[in-house]
Amino acid sequence: MLDRIADKARNGKRLDRDEGRFLLAEAGLLELGALAQEVRFARVPDKRVTFVIDSNPNYTNVCITDCQFCAFYRKPGDPEAWTLTVDEVLAKIEFAASKGATTVLLQGGHNPALPLQYYLDLVTETRRRFPQVTPHFFTASEIQTMAMVSQLTIGDVLDRLWEAGQRTIPGGGAEILSERVRTRIEPKKGGPAAWLDVHRDAHRRGFKSTATMMYGHVETPDDVVDHWEAIRELQDAHGGFTAFVPWSFKPGNTLLEKWIKHYKGPNAYLRMLAASRLYLDNFEHIQASWFSEGKRAGQIALHFGADDWGGTLFEENVHKAADYVNTITVEDITALIREAGFAPVQRTTTYEIVKAW
Amino acid sequence: MRFSDGRLTPIWDKVRAGARLTAAEGLILLETEDLLGVGRMADHAKRRREADRVYFVINRHVTPTNLCVLSCTFCGFARKKGEAGAYEHSIEDMVAMVKDGVREVHIVGGHHPEWPFEYYERMIEAIHHAHPEVQIKAFTAAEIDYFWRRWKIEPKEALARLKAVGLRSMPGGGAEIFSSRLARLLKYTGKADPERWCEIHGIAHALGIPTNATMLYGHVETLAERVDHLVRLREQQDASGGFLTFVPLAYQVATTKLVPRQTPPADSLKTIATSRLMLDNFPHVEAYWVTLGEETASIALNFGADDVNGTLEDERIQHLSGAETPAGVAREQLLRMIHDAGKIAVERDALYNVVQVWN
Repeated sequence: MLDRIADKARNGKRLDRDEGRFLLAEAGLLELGALAQEVRFARVPDKRVTFVIDSNPNYTNVCITDCQFCAFYRKPGDPEAWTLTVDEVLAKIEFAASKGATTVLLQGGHNPALPLQYYLDLVTETRRRFPQVTPHFFTASEIQTMAMVSQLTIGDVLDRLWEAGQRTIPGGGAEILSERVRTRIEPKKGGPAAWLDVHRDAHRRGFKSTATMMYGHVETPDDVVDHWEAIRELQDAHGGFTAFVPWSFKPGNTLLEKWIKHYKGPNAYLRMLAASRLYLDNFEHIQASWFSEGKRAGQIALHFGADDWGGTLFEENVHKAADYVNTITVEDITALIREAGFAPVQRTTTYEIVKAW
Repeated sequence: MRFSDGRLTPIWDKVRAGARLTAAEGLILLETEDLLGVGRMADHAKRRREADRVYFVINRHVTPTNLCVLSCTFCGFARKKGEAGAYEHSIEDMVAMVKDGVREVHIVGGHHPEWPFEYYERMIEAIHHAHPEVQIKAFTAAEIDYFWRRWKIEPKEALARLKAVGLRSMPGGGAEIFSSRLARLLKYTGKADPERWCEIHGIAHALGIPTNATMLYGHVETLAERVDHLVRLREQQDASGGFLTFVPLAYQVATTKLVPRQTPPADSLKTIATSRLMLDNFPHVEAYWVTLGEETASIALNFGADDVNGTLEDERIQHLSGAETPAGVAREQLLRMIHDAGKIAVERDALYNVVQVWN
């Protein structure tokens, strides 16, 4: 089977569902990794590994969606609930910008008390005050929340965000794009279409976005293949995804922790990365997540098909809420990439090259 | 098998045929950028011996003292008498440290300036008497050599006397890197030199005491020096045959700072894989999670390693040298490291007798 997959991958032929399941469940890890690396060099030919200087602040932890995998949110009225003003968020962006950030990935809970103007002000003010920073704001489900609160269509909300100056959307909230999984772990967030429709509408308007995956909870290989199929098909239609970013579910302080005590380890991660590189034949970039999987696993991931190191994440609160903390500096990033045998190159939100380090 | 480095193809032919690799080929394995190429070959060699099995032991460390007459520059553990943090355990304390349920107790310490050989003999005897079912793995070749230097007790006599009171096997420490250049540079000339280290292991093997072997890498040694180390161990194993496990030790930077950063995981994986391929007469190659970190150790199980050492309650030497891993982990944590790698976890004793298969 792996020989057949290798032939297809080398000749630019698309893998099918059976082959995808085989990669996830049966293929030898190192054979899979070596093939993924071959494909990575065919798609991104040099030994370049990109990274972005970024920060991931949050504007509210208030959320009405009660996802079972989330340790970050609080219900409205909870004593630990908080929502920042526009000025308070801008202070965080100013901090990130002062440290050289070119991307700020801003996301938050689904807080029905916030009007559309709040979000638009965040984009407008960020563009005005920090022109060097790309506002990489609001995941699909937050955009849905804006539409619900303002009684506009998703398309209308996207148009307003575009007018305010937004051009990219982060890919969070995909989890696993399978009806079965989403019903089990996030019943109030909607099925795969909820996430896919927002990204489709965004790509049609010229937005770029990323596609993510959070694995290591209740999904089966078949659910993962569903996920890959959905984003590969959408990428065929509009080409709006810049990168694919998988990470493992962190159970600390979540409702799912009762059933799933530990996150999946580094070998499972390397398998997911390498298999994704092979299946997602229309994605240029696959991101190694030093943040969620550890710096050492991140370095090894660069030998398993990944070509991007992710970002500095000066601020991060979602994993932190699950008692998972990891920090890095730009110097550390460039040293880690070099040590792994690659050339560090700083990029923008949309994967344009800023400079080689 | 396809390789991104064509130099690996003839080596793969030899590996498949079960032929012995040369030092020049060992050097290619360490130098190449084709990490997964080396890994796939080592995984093949590992599977041929052990299929999907990976071993671990429920063990604890007892470190009798950190007083040491030596001053090796890579060591963050040793202290001089009167120095802050210096300690000496009584035999009663050490007996009390060992609990039933532990399969192996690993005893390694500093070269104490005054303790007579009889103190060590009584230590082994007392622990063995109190816990006859616990297998005692004690004293590196460097310590056995020190009994000669300090007390003029021949290694053969020392080992025979220790075996008589309960010693079952010997750890592989004190080998560092077999290089007179590095022994001078890193000030370990006062320690058993490579010939002496190998001689003492040969004596142990002749007495029926199985041993391990280590290599301290990732500091200022050259790749050629690593290969030379492996070749010497392979020759000694041909001669005396009593080595059980090779344990590569990644140098911990924190306190002694011979190099600015710890060697990257790709280097550790390549070193483990190369060891598996070069040491064709060693039954086991270990991924020592304390110095590698748990992530890299788990990945290494797909790069030729078939052992993760053990629970290591109260490990001190690497931790005082800056290892960031927790000191001692539960069996469940070891099982996760092994199962994540897709392997079958086999609990063993000090001599690789199977205690239980965990799945």
